[in-house]
Amino acid sequence: MSGLFERIAPPVATFLIATLLAELAIRTLAVSPLLLPSPSAVGRAAWIYSGTLWPALATTAGAVVAGLAASTVVGILAAIALASSRWVERAFYPYAIFFQIVPIVAIAPLLVIWFGYGWRAVVAAAFIVSVFPVIANTLAGLRAVDPALLDLFRLYGAGRRARLVKLELPWALPNLFTGLRIAAGLAVIGAIVGEFVGGGGIGVVILEAMRQQRTDLVFAAILHASLLGLLLFAAVDGISRVALRRW
Amino acid sequence: MSLRGVRRSFCSPAEGTVEAVAGVDLAVAPGEFVALLGPSGCGKSTLLRILAGLDRQDAGEVLLDGRPPDLRPGSPTRTPIAYVFQDAHLLPWRDVLGNVALPLELLGHAGDRCRAAARVAVEQVGLADAGRRTPAQLSGGMRMRVSLARALVTGPRLLLLDEPFAALDEISRQGLDDQLRALWAATGMTVVFVTHSIAEATFLADRAVVLSHRPARVVLEHRLDLPARRDAELRADAAFARATGVLQEALRRGAEASAPVTPR
Repeated sequence: MSGLFERIAPPVATFLIATLLAELAIRTLAVSPLLLPSPSAVGRAAWIYSGTLWPALATTAGAVVAGLAASTVVGILAAIALASSRWVERAFYPYAIFFQIVPIVAIAPLLVIWFGYGWRAVVAAAFIVSVFPVIANTLAGLRAVDPALLDLFRLYGAGRRARLVKLELPWALPNLFTGLRIAAGLAVIGAIVGEFVGGGGIGVVILEAMRQQRTDLVFAAILHASLLGLLLFAAVDGISRVALRRW
Repeated sequence: MSLRGVRRSFCSPAEGTVEAVAGVDLAVAPGEFVALLGPSGCGKSTLLRILAGLDRQDAGEVLLDGRPPDLRPGSPTRTPIAYVFQDAHLLPWRDVLGNVALPLELLGHAGDRCRAAARVAVEQVGLADAGRRTPAQLSGGMRMRVSLARALVTGPRLLLLDEPFAALDEISRQGLDDQLRALWAATGMTVVFVTHSIAEATFLADRAVVLSHRPARVVLEHRLDLPARRDAELRADAAFARATGVLQEALRRGAEASAPVTPR
């Protein structure tokens, strides 16, 4: 219990102090709320529009989780395929990098053309930006298997499947979770950009608030999106702690 | 088991073609305990890997029971070899019993049989109480014991060990040497033990084969006429000191050989 307190207390204290300082600075300098609303104004907007923000957050969260799940499955399968031979890796890995360098803002309209307005385009956007860290990290884990253990498996006549299931995938698990932690944050970004063009969720709340020049609501929506990213990161971190407890 | 005229070279970006093993002939009788002794980097491990079928010689012949080593998955003529590496190399996500049972699982045995055999092997190396512990919860010496149990669990006829205790402190090392010698005496398997420690080779083996500096060549084959039953007192015995002296001299002669390097 004290361990949990020690982990949570420092970032919470930092947040509270930074919020207090921002409130004081914005009030003292009389900054226009259109440019930078005070934390209390953002809190007020979050309270007043909670009926809009929470359902929107749930929609975004659904798309993020679906996109991240797709990234996990596709990323692992792609990494296994790429690790199967150096030739396959050389032939296809440059195309996997496409997912890393593609500007999601530029291709989001294409996703709407391909998948139509709504949830599917948003999930596709979350998937595209989050799949590469899963591929790259899992591949690095599969490539980093202890050569002596590969020898051991050879010595006892293990086939490709036994090697993959009993050695390579478990060995790559810490790398996979590193990739998933990065992917979780990116999936939130991808989903919100997807929502800017595909509609729905927190992305639409941000656009609407901007049109109405409600900067406090924009900040409140951003805060909710950040909360989603943090929760997702914490969930991945928690799962990895359980899965890697023996390491 | 026999090696005839075994040669092996490697291409190194820094050194060009490096000859690791140069025409080694060696015969090991069933049930014999042979130590391969040589300076670090002389090609001992390469020779052991060739024996295990994990590496291929460029020239020469390796025969185990009259056949080349066979590691093909599912092959009915698979060679019953076990190999202990320089470090324990355990699977961190498996407990001790799970690690020891692994070879039997890979050979396709049923789960309950694997666990039962693993328990017996773990008891053999004196870790009966540590079966549920993970590698992270074990000391270096205990991890090497698990590695030894993993090698023994299949009941191999040939056990190959590549400087398995080199990283351990002297007390742990001597304890494991005692245990290995006792296990060999109890099972009657053939053992080839690679080491660069003269005292370890003398204590463990029936016969020591001294290799030269790279490329490995046999400098001396020396039968160690010491009592079959060996304990800590033997290390202070005059016969033990004489034997180590002979090996020391052979190692010195072997070290004078230089490594011929063919530039690329």
